[in-house]
Amino acid sequence: MNEHQFDNANALVCNRNEDLDRQKGKNRKTVSTEKVLTVEELHVSFKTFGGEVQALRGVSFELYKGETLAIVGESGCGKSVTANTIMGLIPQPPGRIKNGKVLFKGKDLTKLSKAGLRKIQGVDISMIFQDPMTALNPTLQIGEQLTEGYRTHHKVSKANAREKAIEMLELVGIPNPEERLKQYPHQFSGGMRQRIVIAIALICEPELLIADEPTTALDVTIQAQILELFNEIQEKTGVSIILITHDLGVVAKIADRIAVMYAGKVIEIGEKREIFYTPQHPYTKGLLNSVPRLDLKEEELQPIEGTPPDLFAPPVGCPFTARCPFAMDVCDRVYPETTHLTKNHAVNCWLQDERAKLVFT
Amino acid sequence: MAVYIVKRFFMMIATILIIATLTFFLMHSIPGSPFDEERTTNPTIQANLEKYYKLDQPVAVQYVYYLKSIVTFDFGPSIKKPNETVNSLLARGFPISFELGMITILVAVISGVTLGTFAALRHNGFIDYMAMTFAVVGISVPNFVLATLLIQQVAVTWQLLPPATWSSPLHMILPTLALATGPTAIIARLTRASMLEVLTQDYMKMARAKGLTPFRIVVRHALRNALMPVVTIMGTMLAGILTGTFVIEKIFAIPGMGKYFVESINNRDYPVIMGSTVFYSAFLVFMLFLVDIVYGFLDPRIKLHRKDGDV
Repeated sequence: MNEHQFDNANALVCNRNEDLDRQKGKNRKTVSTEKVLTVEELHVSFKTFGGEVQALRGVSFELYKGETLAIVGESGCGKSVTANTIMGLIPQPPGRIKNGKVLFKGKDLTKLSKAGLRKIQGVDISMIFQDPMTALNPTLQIGEQLTEGYRTHHKVSKANAREKAIEMLELVGIPNPEERLKQYPHQFSGGMRQRIVIAIALICEPELLIADEPTTALDVTIQAQILELFNEIQEKTGVSIILITHDLGVVAKIADRIAVMYAGKVIEIGEKREIFYTPQHPYTKGLLNSVPRLDLKEEELQPIEGTPPDLFAPPVGCPFTARCPFAMDVCDRVYPETTHLTKNHAVNCWLQDERAKLVFT
Repeated sequence: MAVYIVKRFFMMIATILIIATLTFFLMHSIPGSPFDEERTTNPTIQANLEKYYKLDQPVAVQYVYYLKSIVTFDFGPSIKKPNETVNSLLARGFPISFELGMITILVAVISGVTLGTFAALRHNGFIDYMAMTFAVVGISVPNFVLATLLIQQVAVTWQLLPPATWSSPLHMILPTLALATGPTAIIARLTRASMLEVLTQDYMKMARAKGLTPFRIVVRHALRNALMPVVTIMGTMLAGILTGTFVIEKIFAIPGMGKYFVESINNRDYPVIMGSTVFYSAFLVFMLFLVDIVYGFLDPRIKLHRKDGDV
């Protein structure tokens, strides 16, 4: 990366200020230090005809109560696999959790039986899917889809579940909830369906909500409404959110912390401002530079050249080496240790090593 | 819905009328008459007979009488069986054929859907391979071959079950097996294919993420969607089973409609041919109508009362 690119990054910072500060009407909400979820050294692989794909290669992060952690990265970097593993939705086989822990309320979710997982799925941890057009069953009334999870887990009467469903539809902003309960998914617009999907996810009042690209399939105007809804719900219920996205605009709006993933590893994690203002990993910088922006000339858009490594045979060293403008000999051979820059900001990059300065002077 | 049913009702009547007309003219275009084989008949008696059955009149006039008989549902006496009317033949034979057909459909749907579902849930597993091997064999072997094989093995060699007739539940096993194997195989294959497709849908993942019981996920979320193609082929399959009963009835000496139907065509027994054809087509058209209604219940996106769907 040359000097010009650093300037570019600085320009980005100034422009993002506004967006970052506008969120939630306050600069930084107070996040408790109580951990909801701890993911430790998660390794997940999938057997395919072509060999074993190592989708996750040691993912670790923590999630605190009431915060939103965004997981960003290119397609195929392992974001969704991380979400599905936490949720217990990895089909085994072909998938296999080879190593690592997902600690939730003192339990390791990777060790639970299917029946044990069902007591957590939908109750303590819920998930929102990418495409609301396909996430709802087309042949069932939305009332049934809303209440079935609630009734399975809480053993309440139909009438009670219905009341709860109406309450949830009101929470997510669907007018005439009583009539709407009897309707089918095809009678709702995309944005409305996503609201229903959110209502379904929240009906059992989970502590953790995993949103896998919740706005990708929506119109830009609807996206803004849905993101606003996430903020509102978090304020009302105090739910922790893991937001999976490749859209940095979404991240800027609602995330508290950001984890950047690359080739099945978390390569940088930190508070939103730290990641946006002082990104340390060349990949993070590249990601920020590759966002198309109205206030920059076209030629100033900096895509990251090359493609992510093949996860059938991932490199031993830093997987970004082949695309990194600062790659050193060591990068290819040894994976860098984690460097803790501040309390929350950590990065895995050889440039943080003292000796790297010798190379670049 | 009510509008749709009324509309469908008139369409059904039109369909039956077309079938009836075609049958009538086809039948009369075949050379020969009901009395060809009775050489001893003297011309005067034959003329009287023809007058009695109105066969001496022009075809157009006969057609009008025929239409009248359809509307009044009185097809008159059989020519070949002087002591029987068409209605009495139908009343005696049809319930038995109906029983055979319905038991077959029931067996085929229940076992086919179950087999297909388990095959899909254990995709590429042992059950899957067994079920699909059975399905290929079931589709390939014609029911009359299977029927004779079953009689030979089960009834004659092992003497486990009676070889023919329809007099007790035990007698019903072999004919039902022979007739149901083909449809079972088709339904199993179809259920498996559409189930495999449904299982990868997002809403199935969502159902699992809700922490629902596996039973509910499969039956309520998957099966309902997977059954659509099965319901679609039910209509044509019904027709196949109904004609299949004719063959099976012949093999197992079951006194159903099939025997009379085939005989009546060989004998040019006009009233019986027309009566049973009209009756069978009415029955089939009605069953197809039922299938469409079921379809609407299974999938709310199908609007029965309107052709152009407005969302």
